[in-house]
Amino acid sequence: MNIAVCVKQVPDTTQVKIDPVTNTLIREGIPSILNPFDGFALEMALRMKDQSDGTVTVISMGPAQAEAVLRESMAVGADDAYLVSGRAFGGSDTLATSYILSCAVKAVEENRGAKFDVVFCGKQAIDGDTGQVGPEMAEHLNYAQITYATEVLSCADGKVQIRKETADGYDVLEAVMPVVVSVTKTPFELRFPTVKKRLAANRAQIPVITPEDMEAKSQIDLACCGLKGSPTKVKKSFTPVRSKICNIVEEDSPSASAVRLIAILSNDKRI
Amino acid sequence: MEFSEYKNLWVFIETDDGKAVSGGLELLNPGAQLAHRLGQQVVAVILGKSNDEAEKTAIAYGADSVISVEDDDYEAYSTEGYTYGLVQLVEKYKPSILMIGATIIGRDLGPRLACRLKTGLTADCTELDVDTETGHVAWTRPAFGGNLMATIMCERTRPQMGTVRPGVFKKIAPDASRTAKISKERISVPEGQIRTKLIESIREAVAEMVKLEDAEIIVSGGRGLGGPEGFETVIKPLADALGGAVGASRAAVDSGWIPHVHQVGQTGKTVAPKIYIACGISGAIQHLAGMSGADCIIAVNKDPDAPIFGVADYGIVGDLYQILPAMTAEIKKLKT
Repeated sequence: MNIAVCVKQVPDTTQVKIDPVTNTLIREGIPSILNPFDGFALEMALRMKDQSDGTVTVISMGPAQAEAVLRESMAVGADDAYLVSGRAFGGSDTLATSYILSCAVKAVEENRGAKFDVVFCGKQAIDGDTGQVGPEMAEHLNYAQITYATEVLSCADGKVQIRKETADGYDVLEAVMPVVVSVTKTPFELRFPTVKKRLAANRAQIPVITPEDMEAKSQIDLACCGLKGSPTKVKKSFTPVRSKICNIVEEDSPSASAVRLIAILSNDKRI
Repeated sequence: MEFSEYKNLWVFIETDDGKAVSGGLELLNPGAQLAHRLGQQVVAVILGKSNDEAEKTAIAYGADSVISVEDDDYEAYSTEGYTYGLVQLVEKYKPSILMIGATIIGRDLGPRLACRLKTGLTADCTELDVDTETGHVAWTRPAFGGNLMATIMCERTRPQMGTVRPGVFKKIAPDASRTAKISKERISVPEGQIRTKLIESIREAVAEMVKLEDAEIIVSGGRGLGGPEGFETVIKPLADALGGAVGASRAAVDSGWIPHVHQVGQTGKTVAPKIYIACGISGAIQHLAGMSGADCIIAVNKDPDAPIFGVADYGIVGDLYQILPAMTAEIKKLKT
């Protein structure tokens, strides 16, 4: 089994604060982390490798510093890693990003001399929150897709059975491999690194795939990358305005306050 | 690309066992408003095995016309089958705008379809507007865990696509006497197109399901409950007295106090009830993203500086274990 996992380095958005004066995001000092859903995807891939004796390759698109999440992935058991990085990729929306990643997946396959059977990714990154890159990558690669995956149930005869979330329960889907699987939160948290693997990960050479290299090898059409390859444009961004005035109900005791609140709601015909 | 060839706003009507689900139906309301401002129609698009009931529902909820594709291939949802069918329809009718509810199915289908059409898709929108000069939709959505709103446009390609967060827009009151033209299409999915197979589909028992999206009153508990018991002893009794549903913050769900189906917020459900009572919930921005559309928000929290008071209409500062039982008792008194 040859397994790929696409991972992204993201700011820890749960630690983002808003500057109360300027009402803008304070980005400084926010730690960069492995996107949590990608952690669940990586764990699913490692479990699949444990069962089937394959390899796990991690691929990340991002700036040079994104190498950190690749080393982190190797420290928990990924076998090799590739960074996809270059100016021509900057400003990509999900259509362009998924195109670049699909080209990178093929470039890594060429480099390794073997096709991937499964390409995993997290269901969404916690900074963009779109959840679109996985399915769009599946389309670019012309592979089947399974989204909101929670568990790989079996894998045999070129087919994989996966449990996935639905609106009111779960489905088991069988897909012909190769397949793109996007993973939601599962009970299986990413395992801890071992000391030995961490040391090896720190020393590992991580190849960088650049737009120039890919273009020279006719692996990509740069017109479909970056801003010019992106059909959507962010026209403006702003912090949500919250300017309600809260009426604090305060009587002599908590129960008196409760009674007063119910009286107000009742008078307003809200209840 | 000649934009003038593209017209009308399509709403993908997701169905479950032949019935239209809210995630698509509720988009007919904002969809009609945008389409009519452009002098165009809002069109409900339905794929299924037998669509009679869903067609009627879509018309009652405001569709100006319906495009309906019936075939055994669409009995159960499949990414590749539905993508194939919709691509045929888009190529034939050339819609300018295509909206899909950001349900689990919608977020599986939308990007696959947008990528095949090589067009832009904006995810999980919560506000919609349109520039009537250019016909470009302004899709506004939360990003950065709800800390930032971004307005996105798709100016070079058609159709412009967006998935829209369920629970944000309200359905109009249905009018069963409305009529509209229904165009029936026959499109079968070619052999080999669908590379996934549904092996089994398990639905959790309906009694267990929490219909938070449909509830008019929601009482939610958070970290301030201090443990799982609070849901049984104070939250549920208040919800029952009000005829409402029980919600929860991520902190309560992550602590294992209550199942994920109750979670309200960025990674849970988006709700817009008439009354939302947040108990022991500090009001992290991720939670606010899921409930700030409520008509009336009530906060009960012992910390007077909790951000939840910044979005609440009414608040009580104090111990929820004293306040909630008193509220429950008072409501019961009112009702007798």
